[in-house]
Amino acid sequence: MLKYIIKKILLMIPVLLGLTIFIFLILHLAPGEPVDLIVGPNATPEVYENVRESLGLNKSLPLQYTIFLKNLIKGDLGRSILQNRPVSELIIERFPVTFKLGILSLLLSFIIAVPIGVIAAIKRNTYLDYISMTGALIGISMPTFWFGLLLLYFFAYRLGWFPISGYGSLKHLILPVITVGLTDAAVTARMVRSSMLEVMGADYVRTARAKGVHENRVMGKHALKNALIPVITLLGMRVGWIFGGSVILETVFSIPGIGRLIVDGIFSRDYPVVQGSILVLAASVLIGNLIADILYAVVDPRIKY
Amino acid sequence: MKELNIEESSGTLKDREVIYGLEERESFLRKLFSNKGAVFGLVVIILFMLTALLAPYLAPYKYDFMNMPNMLTGPSAKNLLGTDEFGRDILSRIIYGSRISLVVGFITVFISMTLGIFLGALAGYFGGWIDYLISGITDIAWSLPVSLLAIAFVAALGPSLVNLIIAIAMVSWAGFTRVVRGQFLALRESEFIQAAQILGMSNTRIILKHMFPNALAPVIVLTTMEIPKVIIIESSLSFLGLGVQPPTPSWGSIMSAGRNYILEAPWIIVFPGIAMAILVLGFNFFGDSLRDTLDPRL
Repeated sequence: MLKYIIKKILLMIPVLLGLTIFIFLILHLAPGEPVDLIVGPNATPEVYENVRESLGLNKSLPLQYTIFLKNLIKGDLGRSILQNRPVSELIIERFPVTFKLGILSLLLSFIIAVPIGVIAAIKRNTYLDYISMTGALIGISMPTFWFGLLLLYFFAYRLGWFPISGYGSLKHLILPVITVGLTDAAVTARMVRSSMLEVMGADYVRTARAKGVHENRVMGKHALKNALIPVITLLGMRVGWIFGGSVILETVFSIPGIGRLIVDGIFSRDYPVVQGSILVLAASVLIGNLIADILYAVVDPRIKY
Repeated sequence: MKELNIEESSGTLKDREVIYGLEERESFLRKLFSNKGAVFGLVVIILFMLTALLAPYLAPYKYDFMNMPNMLTGPSAKNLLGTDEFGRDILSRIIYGSRISLVVGFITVFISMTLGIFLGALAGYFGGWIDYLISGITDIAWSLPVSLLAIAFVAALGPSLVNLIIAIAMVSWAGFTRVVRGQFLALRESEFIQAAQILGMSNTRIILKHMFPNALAPVIVLTTMEIPKVIIIESSLSFLGLGVQPPTPSWGSIMSAGRNYILEAPWIIVFPGIAMAILVLGFNFFGDSLRDTLDPRL
């Protein structure tokens, strides 16, 4: 077991390295020199060269990457051009906001989706199944940010139940969490249903029924337990979706999280901030997947290590 | 899955061949269109395509026709879905906006599909270190959220329609690679492929004529499921200001501008969102039914 976990963690290293190369290349092969943005169009060639040198941009690309990687290992993600603060400091400030929103949304999503998915599977091809699955299909067809804007309009602007924007109290969290939790529940419920249906056709479920086990017990103990195993993998996938979606959600609700940091960074062309934030957000998605993988092995004794 | 487990697993290849047989194609279509979801989805998609094609004839005004005295007015007989902050007709802008959504959806998925199939075929057919390398990259691309990677690309390339298409296409091919690679790996050892190799056929010919047709069904299903995802990502990025730039109307950019007037003119946000939800719902209904008909295991 421990060996399996260590192996999984070691396998993450090349993946994380690949990620750093990818993000580094995208932002460094971009047309246009970042130096132009710092020194402005009227700078003398000497000033230009000095800034280029101080940023290390006169070195070759592989060398720049090695320096970037060395600094990264030390926890140094560079300095924000606009705010003149270390990027790592900004990220440490903003990350907990995004994390908290993500976890709460995920929790809400599973609380809603698992019962709906299970009931839809057990009552397959009844009106209950059709209604909940049509609802789920409508849910996955709505753009999340649009759903968030509608909630904002009705509950914050019209009814005044919630603050319009910002972050701080519990009330600020409710609308964003409902937005992500509900749209995510639509996806999750569909997957829980199909996973449950698959298990319900399995031999051990038929055996349990043949033994005369009560139907509630067959579903609760034999089917549901096994159906929830793939749902754990799903949990890892949903983390990626939720963290990726934080960029737009935090813009809609004006939440000072890491997603907002990325968008603001792009508009002010603060490349170190964009690079660092995307890297951290993507890395946390990969770590979320890793945790799901390990949980999967812990829960399912059939997996061989 | 259904009770027919044994039949299903042994009948896999035969079923697929049946789909491509001439007489059986009719029965496949009959099966597909006996599904209400498929019919609804296809009708919605075709209606939106017609709308996009005939936009200049359908739209009551030109998308950039401004009428300042008439700004931020609610739905009326003159402007069925109201006007925006420049007095532009929202209905006309939504009609023109459907062009962006459909063009981005189809072109992006076509590029990512081509890229994904190419990589998947290489990995699945040749195996070895090529497979190892491609699978490694695919796994990273697969586990990271597409919207986040697309934002990284747009941040570097700068916001525009073309860059948006490039950005989304460059990060959304992983699903196709996985599907094609899986199919090819399974087929690689089969007798008919070995026979083709012994006969001295070129690798290109074996891949295109003998292996790819077997991977066609899941690729088609995946394509119909990717298009709505891309449409939503396009509108999200345009909403953030990272996609289509004004005055070109995209559903996302219309909503982005409407955000500042949400209290006075909620219709600017509500109607483009409804249009998009209906189109995406159409694709999802069609994709779901297609999957159930073509390949129940995907």
